Amino acid sequence: MKAAVIRFPGSNCDQDCVLALRELGVETDFVWHKDGSVAGYDLIALPGGFSYGDYLRCGAIARFSPIMRAVKEAAATGTLVLGICNGFQILCEAGLLPGALIRNRDLHFRCEHLHVRVENVANPFLHETKTGELLRIPIAHGEGSYTADPATLADLNQTGRVLLRYTDANGAATDAANPNGSAENIAGICNAARNVFGLMPHPERACDPRLGSTDGRVIFESILSTLGVRKAA
Amino acid sequence: MKAQVIVMPKQSVLDPQGVAVRDAIHHHGLSAVKAARVGKMIELELDGTQTEAQLHELCRDLLSNPVIEDYRLEIQR
Repeated sequence: MKAAVIRFPGSNCDQDCVLALRELGVETDFVWHKDGSVAGYDLIALPGGFSYGDYLRCGAIARFSPIMRAVKEAAATGTLVLGICNGFQILCEAGLLPGALIRNRDLHFRCEHLHVRVENVANPFLHETKTGELLRIPIAHGEGSYTADPATLADLNQTGRVLLRYTDANGAATDAANPNGSAENIAGICNAARNVFGLMPHPERACDPRLGSTDGRVIFESILSTLGVRKAA
Repeated sequence: MKAQVIVMPKQSVLDPQGVAVRDAIHHHGLSAVKAARVGKMIELELDGTQTEAQLHELCRDLLSNPVIEDYRLEIQR
């Protein structure tokens, strides 16, 4: 298995993402956004950061980078695509995921560990965990409030494509546990084909006990076992 | 030749910046202001070879996100 971590000008979680994957034994390359190909990769990760300084809208300019045409083609043929934070914003802008991410309702940049509840495990990204399981993973964003029209939200719910919701430590998706005002506490969603996953929390920052949590590893381990790679010991 | 593109958050979308600005206006002492919404204005300088349809396409694809924003295109001839 080979993974590509796409670097846009302004990406700043690319190193963390590569490290998390390499620690699990995955051969991982940095791929520059001006490259035209992602051929040969089984996983494409769009990392967090501030691509193009968040000018215009978060992800709006990165979406037109040359690499995104290749990412779209790869996604259409079933390659796994993981968008974290700014990567999630780019996937929404690119139309690979529905909805959009807007300014946090309290206007604050929120940087903290919090809990997300796994809503559905019938997908390549979370099947090594259980529905209802809580993961303690950090967020770090100013524009992570997920929004979509009512029909889109209904469709996401009916088709089991809301994969993560923000909750309190007891697993209750309360308004107080919602860090940014996201509709229905949504923290992560996937596309209809279930091979494109976008989430605002940073699982790559929760893969090493020295960073306070290893709950993010299960996402990468699920991807590995989806792709038939033996779980790292 | 110039064009102005005004991009505003949709009425149905929460605009926390607008709420903060309205609150600041109230603290400033002008309670007559009932609401404020914050958008952006993009000024384009044109050589005249573009069509209006191309500008609308640009507004839809890049300058605004139709999921959360509406735009208004004003071409100054």
